[in-house]
Amino acid sequence: MFKSVEELVRSATERGVPISEIMIEQEVHVRRSTREDVFGMMERNLEVMEEAVERALQGVTSVTGLTGNDAVLMQDYVRSGKSLAGDLILDAVAKAIGTNEVNAAMGRICATPTAGSAGVVPGTLFAVKDRLEMDREAMVRYLFTSGAFGFVVANNASISGAAGGCQAEVGSATGMAAAAIVEAAGGTPEQSATAFAIALKNMLGLVCDPVAGLVEVPCVKRNAMGGANAVVAADMALAGITSRIPCDEVISAMHEIGQMMPTALKETARGGLANTPTARRLEKNIFGAKENVEK
Amino acid sequence: MKYRSVFDIIGPVMVGPSSSHTAGAARIGLMAGKLFGRQPRLARITFYGSFADTYRGHGTDVAIVGGIMGFDTFDLRIPQALDIAKERGIDVVFETSDALTDHPNTARVHLEDADGTFEIVGISIGGGTIEITELNGFPLKLSGGGPALVVLHHDRFGAIAAVTGILAKHELNIGHMEVSRHEKGKQALMAIEIDEHLSKDVLAEIERLPQIERVAIFGE
Repeated sequence: MFKSVEELVRSATERGVPISEIMIEQEVHVRRSTREDVFGMMERNLEVMEEAVERALQGVTSVTGLTGNDAVLMQDYVRSGKSLAGDLILDAVAKAIGTNEVNAAMGRICATPTAGSAGVVPGTLFAVKDRLEMDREAMVRYLFTSGAFGFVVANNASISGAAGGCQAEVGSATGMAAAAIVEAAGGTPEQSATAFAIALKNMLGLVCDPVAGLVEVPCVKRNAMGGANAVVAADMALAGITSRIPCDEVISAMHEIGQMMPTALKETARGGLANTPTARRLEKNIFGAKENVEK
Repeated sequence: MKYRSVFDIIGPVMVGPSSSHTAGAARIGLMAGKLFGRQPRLARITFYGSFADTYRGHGTDVAIVGGIMGFDTFDLRIPQALDIAKERGIDVVFETSDALTDHPNTARVHLEDADGTFEIVGISIGGGTIEITELNGFPLKLSGGGPALVVLHHDRFGAIAAVTGILAKHELNIGHMEVSRHEKGKQALMAIEIDEHLSKDVLAEIERLPQIERVAIFGE
């Protein structure tokens, strides 16, 4: 099993295959399964992601009412032709928001790598697929490439907000998406690693401070910005820009920052945005006064 | 390596909103329910750490109860699990504790009915992946280096040999194994880490052995 991005990139480069191939082969080996089975399992995940985005673009509201329907607003704005950032980036933003809105509404999603960060990878995938003329196989490969990078992060650092802050969730997802976009666009395994490093570097230190302890505010919008960040990081790597700090060292830095981060900023809803007057008021409205006093 | 499969990273397919607090909790509940082997009359759940702080907002409560009733992470009945438990006559009690635990996402699940009690402590390490750290008072120390087979059995001669014999027959290699018991001749626990994927047929074969009470597998 590969333990580092360096190993992953080296195997892919030496053999002249994409990173997704290394991940598929490892999975076949670990599960003692067939290639068709493993591919099929990932295709079912892709279908869940597709359904979530479609559902969100019809409009969805969470149980608390804190989040919902922003994906629709974004989609309409892109269609109006007035947008500044560019249609592809904003399409990724709309779809990342959408997936996370479905998540907040306790709908069915596929964790990538977690539920709180489930918007970034599918959001970017469904935004770039037409531009990059991706067929179904390429879309499934996109998920294997994302997974390969997430696999290294999960084993060497963390993908849990409670353990490492939001940098471990949306940060990891952003890097994973950036690396996968590069492969889908025809970049090298090395460029995928660069895109991952650039994306994660810009998410370092991101705290997990969910208002009222819910996976809604600021999670939905952080998925949106993760999607935008991933597309830009991929473009930077494809442009030939490199990362001075190697990918594995960025992952180690993320882990170290997570260890140093106070518990109040790691999914406990004790600090950060969760401790603003407005957040406390919202919390009180949702869960009642008694709980608030206890905290 | 705590994570062995790409589907731990891209997956699970689940009901939102949190893989560690909802899907992980459902899996802890599923493990408890499966090992208890029947519908409990009472489920007492204690949350620690981040679970204690945020369990309502993350649906940790409904997910863990759904899991106990056998709902998988993607079951759309999870949001209604507390109502369904009530209909099924299961009393559910939630408690929070500020006791320090090794991991911020820790839950203790105690199940009981007229015939007995059962208890596990589970931690949710991220992305929906869980570890069980204690089972009926037996501490479990699994490296996470491979799928693990957990077997509750009667402390009788031949029980361990029978289980390892089946693994040998199927050419499955044991990486690490622990056996523990509270008292001679009573309930005992085998925790066996294996190097490869374990098929359902092998699991069923072990479960059919006379000395075996329950079998479950995790880390798959």
